[in-house]
Amino acid sequence: MTADLPANDAVNDPEAARAAMRDVAQEPGVAKPDPILVADGVARRFGGLTAVDVEHVEVQRGIITALIGPNGAGKTTLFNLLTNFDTPDAGTRTFDGNVIDKVPAHKIANHGMVRTFQLTKALSKMSVLDNMMLGATNQRGEKMWRSMVPFSWKQQEAEIELEAEALLDRFNMLHMRDEFAGTLSGGQRKLLEMARALMVKPKMVMLDEPMAGVNPALTQSLLQHVVGLRDEGMTVLFVEHDMDMVQEISDWVIVMAEGAIIAEGPPGAIGSNQAVVDAYLGSHHGEPLDLDADI
Amino acid sequence: MSVVQIGRSVVDPCHDQPSARRTYLIKLAMVALGVVTAVFAMVAPAAAHLPAQTDSESIPELRGTMRTVDEGGESIFVEGINLTITDASGAELGQAVTDADGEWVFELPEGGTYEVFLDEATLPDGVPLRNPDRNPLTVDVGNGASRTVLFPLGDAAVSTDTTIEIVQLTVDGIKLGLVIGMSAIGLSLIYGTTGLTNFAHGEMVTFGAMVAFLFNVTGVFGWTTSLIVAAILSFIVCGVAGGLFNAGVWRPLRRRGASLIAALVASLGFSILFRYMMLYQFGGRAKLYKDYQIQEKVDFGWFSIVPKDIFIIVFSVAVLIGIAIALQRTRAGKAMRAVSDNRDLAESSGIDVELVIKWVWVSGSALAGLGGVLFGLTESIGWEMGFRILLLMFAAVTLGGLGSAYGALLGSLIVGIFIQVSTIVIPTDMKNVGALLMLMLILLIRPDGLLGRSERIG
Amino acid sequence: MDIGAIFENTMRGFIGEQFIFFALAAIGLNIHFGFTGLLNFGQAVFMAAGAYGLSMMVVTWGLNFWVGVFVGLVIFPFILAVILGAPTLRLRADYLAIVTIAAAEIFRIMVRSPTFDRWTGSSDGLGGFATDFYDLSPFDPSERYFFDLFIGNQMWVVLIGWIVLAMAAFACWLLIRSPWGRVVKAIREDEDAARSLGKNAYWYKMQALYIGGVFGAMGGMLRAIGTQSAQPDNFITDVTFFVWVALILGGAGKVLGPVIGAAVLYAILNFSDIVLRQGVESNNIPDSIMSGTQVGQVRFMLVGLGLVLLATFRPQGILGNKEEMALDDR
Repeated sequence: MTADLPANDAVNDPEAARAAMRDVAQEPGVAKPDPILVADGVARRFGGLTAVDVEHVEVQRGIITALIGPNGAGKTTLFNLLTNFDTPDAGTRTFDGNVIDKVPAHKIANHGMVRTFQLTKALSKMSVLDNMMLGATNQRGEKMWRSMVPFSWKQQEAEIELEAEALLDRFNMLHMRDEFAGTLSGGQRKLLEMARALMVKPKMVMLDEPMAGVNPALTQSLLQHVVGLRDEGMTVLFVEHDMDMVQEISDWVIVMAEGAIIAEGPPGAIGSNQAVVDAYLGSHHGEPLDLDADI
Repeated sequence: MSVVQIGRSVVDPCHDQPSARRTYLIKLAMVALGVVTAVFAMVAPAAAHLPAQTDSESIPELRGTMRTVDEGGESIFVEGINLTITDASGAELGQAVTDADGEWVFELPEGGTYEVFLDEATLPDGVPLRNPDRNPLTVDVGNGASRTVLFPLGDAAVSTDTTIEIVQLTVDGIKLGLVIGMSAIGLSLIYGTTGLTNFAHGEMVTFGAMVAFLFNVTGVFGWTTSLIVAAILSFIVCGVAGGLFNAGVWRPLRRRGASLIAALVASLGFSILFRYMMLYQFGGRAKLYKDYQIQEKVDFGWFSIVPKDIFIIVFSVAVLIGIAIALQRTRAGKAMRAVSDNRDLAESSGIDVELVIKWVWVSGSALAGLGGVLFGLTESIGWEMGFRILLLMFAAVTLGGLGSAYGALLGSLIVGIFIQVSTIVIPTDMKNVGALLMLMLILLIRPDGLLGRSERIG
Repeated sequence: MDIGAIFENTMRGFIGEQFIFFALAAIGLNIHFGFTGLLNFGQAVFMAAGAYGLSMMVVTWGLNFWVGVFVGLVIFPFILAVILGAPTLRLRADYLAIVTIAAAEIFRIMVRSPTFDRWTGSSDGLGGFATDFYDLSPFDPSERYFFDLFIGNQMWVVLIGWIVLAMAAFACWLLIRSPWGRVVKAIREDEDAARSLGKNAYWYKMQALYIGGVFGAMGGMLRAIGTQSAQPDNFITDVTFFVWVALILGGAGKVLGPVIGAAVLYAILNFSDIVLRQGVESNNIPDSIMSGTQVGQVRFMLVGLGLVLLATFRPQGILGNKEEMALDDR
């Protein structure tokens, strides 16, 4: 637990950030008091099909925001657009005050935004420890010529190893450090991917369906880790199908349908929003949406 | 070391390049060939190269192959040409005469500088020396080295009007493009339906040409037949071979869930295995079919063409239209396109994907074989022809968009025309280089091809 | 049957020049494919870059031998890596495969073309550039060394070859155990994951293509020095597949895999070669079945068959283990 964790030097403690959200209007595209990520007019078409067409959306700094919506709503596409893994046909994205439209995907991480993937990308033929150490930034030994002169990077390597071990310890995975990542279970891979993202020391973590395919026994521990990220000052945006998780840990919910943002609000209120009910159940349904049900 | 022997006997670097244009062609080619050439050209040659010292124990010798090219582009090897060899002091060492394969060899006492004189009186009528001022030729030979001496024969194709030349080359290009296209459809559909980049597809083209040669020239138990019948037989044999190839190799691999990379490497292995098996059986020298060799050109004013080439163009267009209709209208064709478009969707809507793949292999291979026969008819039949065409097919398919049958066709026509027309500025023996460089350029600018779907990841 | 000659030839394959050239090229290919996952089917062109870089500098332009070595090992592979990598490294893996094969063909056509004869010597190639190298030889050219396996000049090439090979394997070992090696392995496993963690995958792939190409150029340059000629036929497209078989046979992704693979491959090839040749010469194999020239073709068939069998049945090679790296991962 001694990990030198990516504390955000910033501004807020999470409580204050959550408190600030109480006064935010519950409407799509609403302005937030302290947005870290802003997307404006972002659109992406595949052939004739519009996958994403978001007029405006902001993500508040220091809280957990959930991005939900029915299948095919464009959540993952928006995720890819926000992290520059895909290029929009139009629109501007701003992260932490910088326009990131032309920033290549790998530099997004250096700006302080790290993502995970829906289909976990644990590097299965590498050890758990190597997976972790890969995440560290500004490694001297990653320069091709320098890598052949070990004494120039051994010192830093040792420090990174300590960091990685501390994080593994925190995620209760230290005993697996030398195993190939390919031998881990689905839930362990999700944990590894999250821990690896923290090695970058990000300001913001974007999790694409962190609960998909995770053994229920691991769910609680995963949730606690996500909450832990926020409590250390990081911003979290996650895509999720599991409504239990959304209700339990998110501070704010953004709902997408058919490529657009259709509703925003705190998790308690979003279930009774008419637009959300229509999107999930078709427009002729009158009952409030029971978000506790498995959808 | 065997590498040396194999390559040498096959490729004759002497080609039908108009010599008058050579100087400025070189300059133009340099611009086109970019970076590498620029590096070459920066420093002027300070010394002539020395001949290779391949094998220190052998006797030094001079050798060469006399060949000319007929209207259709085929090689004719000229027998009975006299060459006189003199040493540096001017003393005559002896004479060499070309054999039935146009080859001559002259063993030298030692390395040094020699002069080779070709007796123009021994040349057949209508086959002049292309560069009469380069006779005699002076050559340097190292100790124990074998030095090839080049005497290009035949008229340089002198053209007076560039427009007419372009039209002529475009017609040639359409012919080449149609043949490439016919062969490439299978490559593209196999990729579309199975994801396999099949490097052994070129060998099916060679195989088709050789099966037809077997029935047309070599004979099966002494029985030979006309080229048309031989082509039909070859079409059937290749179709069956493709079906067996799929059933015996690729379907089991798919069943085992082998990765696409492993399959790709295996296809490369098959490519080289089959290629050298055919070399083993057929020999290294290019050969010709018995029928339709010497034909009078028909002059259309803007261009002239031999009847067999008219036939090839008309026939290919007919076959390709037939394929288009079949893909568009028949159930099998629609199923092929559906699987190629989206395999999972096709499978879930009740199409028997394995059956479709089987027919893609059968028809694609049969068409590749047919393409091989046509290519053998317009040029010549050689063990490496399929591999050469394969690279042009890749250029065509990439240009058109990988996995699309129509894209493959469009790309083939563009590549064919580009290759032929580019010979206005690129020396003929390097014409394929232009097409392959174009392949790289397309990938840089428009990697999805003209009709392809987006596959870019970066 | 001359058992002595068969044994000698097989041993020469196992530790001799051919083995060294191809082991070096395979170490380079291992960096490309085994560690970074690049499908390079044009390693022969990188080998040619080394051979022609040296020979053209010395023969065509009359520069110093060591300038030639520098150009052949550093400059030419760099230009080649940029030309091959720039259009393809952002695309799906098989595009690199197609472009590298195309590059091999472009090389073959251009270097054989009479148009460039005064620079490349066209199909005869270039010779006489290695005198500076052999002048340094401590061995007597007329003597035989190392159990009479090699004559003097050969011995010098083999000795230097072994030293270079050992250094190359060591450099590869350093690279792969470093953070740089970790990044390229991550790119092999999943490029998007590497990018999400801030690694410039395109740049690393370009570096890997270059450094692997440098090892290839070393192999090609030594081959040119050993045969005292740079000839197009020594670097045709099919030469690449010898390198591939050596790599997969030994085990891609293992530092010593390509070395062991090349040794085993050349022992097998030389063995089959000499046995068939003796059979043909003694007429135990009738001429109607196999002639002298056809013996040379058999080794290409063996290489093709080897690729097929390895890809299908043992993608991890002799040394490899399936958990770590195998041909059929992706």
